[in-house]
Amino acid sequence: MTLYFTKEHEWLRVEGETAIVGITKHAAEELGELVFVETRDAGTVVQAGESIAVVESVKAASDIYAPVDGEVLDNNPQLSDDPARVSSDPEGEGWIVKFRLSNPDQLESLMDADAYAAFIA
Amino acid sequence: MSADTLLHTPLFTLHEEAGGKMVPFAGYAMPLNYADGIMAEHRHVREHAGLFDVSHMGQVRLRGRSGDGEAAAHALERLVPADIVALKTGRQRYTQFTNEKGGILDDLMVARMGDSLLLVVNAACKDADIAHLQDELADCLVEVLEDRALLALQGPEAEDALAALAPAVRDMKFMDVRDVDVDGALCTISRSGYTGEDGFEISLPAMDASRVARKLLEQPAVKLIGLGARDSLRLEAGMCLYGSDIDETTTPVEAALEWSIQKSRRRGGAREGGFPGAVVILAQLEEGVSRRRVGLLPEGRAPVRGGAPLYADVEFATPLGKVTSGAFGPTVEAPVAMAYVATDYAAPQTPIVAELRGRAVPATVHVLPFVPARFKR
Repeated sequence: MTLYFTKEHEWLRVEGETAIVGITKHAAEELGELVFVETRDAGTVVQAGESIAVVESVKAASDIYAPVDGEVLDNNPQLSDDPARVSSDPEGEGWIVKFRLSNPDQLESLMDADAYAAFIA
Repeated sequence: MSADTLLHTPLFTLHEEAGGKMVPFAGYAMPLNYADGIMAEHRHVREHAGLFDVSHMGQVRLRGRSGDGEAAAHALERLVPADIVALKTGRQRYTQFTNEKGGILDDLMVARMGDSLLLVVNAACKDADIAHLQDELADCLVEVLEDRALLALQGPEAEDALAALAPAVRDMKFMDVRDVDVDGALCTISRSGYTGEDGFEISLPAMDASRVARKLLEQPAVKLIGLGARDSLRLEAGMCLYGSDIDETTTPVEAALEWSIQKSRRRGGAREGGFPGAVVILAQLEEGVSRRRVGLLPEGRAPVRGGAPLYADVEFATPLGKVTSGAFGPTVEAPVAMAYVATDYAAPQTPIVAELRGRAVPATVHVLPFVPARFKR
């Protein structure tokens, strides 16, 4: 299992060809308490940079972008009833989408935890 | 505008100390929210009392050149559709500056003091409003109160919190205005606000603002509240945001603000018309309008925000209008919105459809406000 981070403040926990995707603690703090999370349907094939989810605070809607090419496999079923879970535990129980990587080589362009910490410092 | 050219209100240091997330708003650095976040701040106001810095708003004193308030009231009626002449000393009223087409240049509060009128106008419009007053009311002195701050204390515990410093405010009723000493500061206080709750707006000398704010924050019920919660509170309260829900293209009648146009200014009234766009607005009052501002409750949890198109049908064949403000209502615990729709669809309970990210979201026209007003009448 390897953890990657993006400049758009997402994290990916990669195991083989699948990844769990969420937003970072830093992003969750910036957004404030979330009131709604909507994800693309399972089976949706996307390229890096396309929207895979929308998270909404009281104030605004923000897109979550696919960090790499792939396919949406599943979403976190608990977020429809309790979207604030993303705010309270963004890098754990508040994960958003399960994703199949179609081009794992693209992961090389992402950051590790140390690089991300430096990025947001 | 870059951060270093933003204006600061007299409470800027207090906001920073309190952990305010400062954002640019109408040329000022203003707190969007503090550490608790918008949801918690919103609920705190509905349950206890919240202190807002609204010093960015424009405060203007209007006097007749002869020095009396009566002349100023007659003069201001040339620019607004409300009855200002009948406004008694110590009372305040909501109105709008209109243009020749009946559109709204800004909305404002007007208070009648003994020898003058006090106007509170929107921050983003204040320069234009002041120029408008100076251009159109040559018979008046327009004094911009640059050295005064404005605080709003809102919520069911606002009266107790303010009365601890100024007991006289307990006797005030909704829309009363009085000069009151608060901790040695000469304040002009109105019992009004922008949240739907009981509360006060406190105009005071800039040099006293931080001290009085800190005194109010010593009360256990009182917390600082940012602009984010101010917006969700006013939306639940059904109150318009200038630039979103009303602007130069919407008339007071389309905006469902005809309650703010008294009989004396309508057809057959003692001082009928005489304000910009009166021909349009007075006709609309009698003949109706083709679109109206309404409340909207979208189904589900997804907020439907400003700009979302509205239709009569899920095929998006019959456009009805669009959403002008939308958010998640923390007290309603559901998405809430305001919109303009074709008048045939403006009755409460009418089912319509909003387009959200290409999908059809069913929504129901809802009477405003979403949360019952708790003014002390």
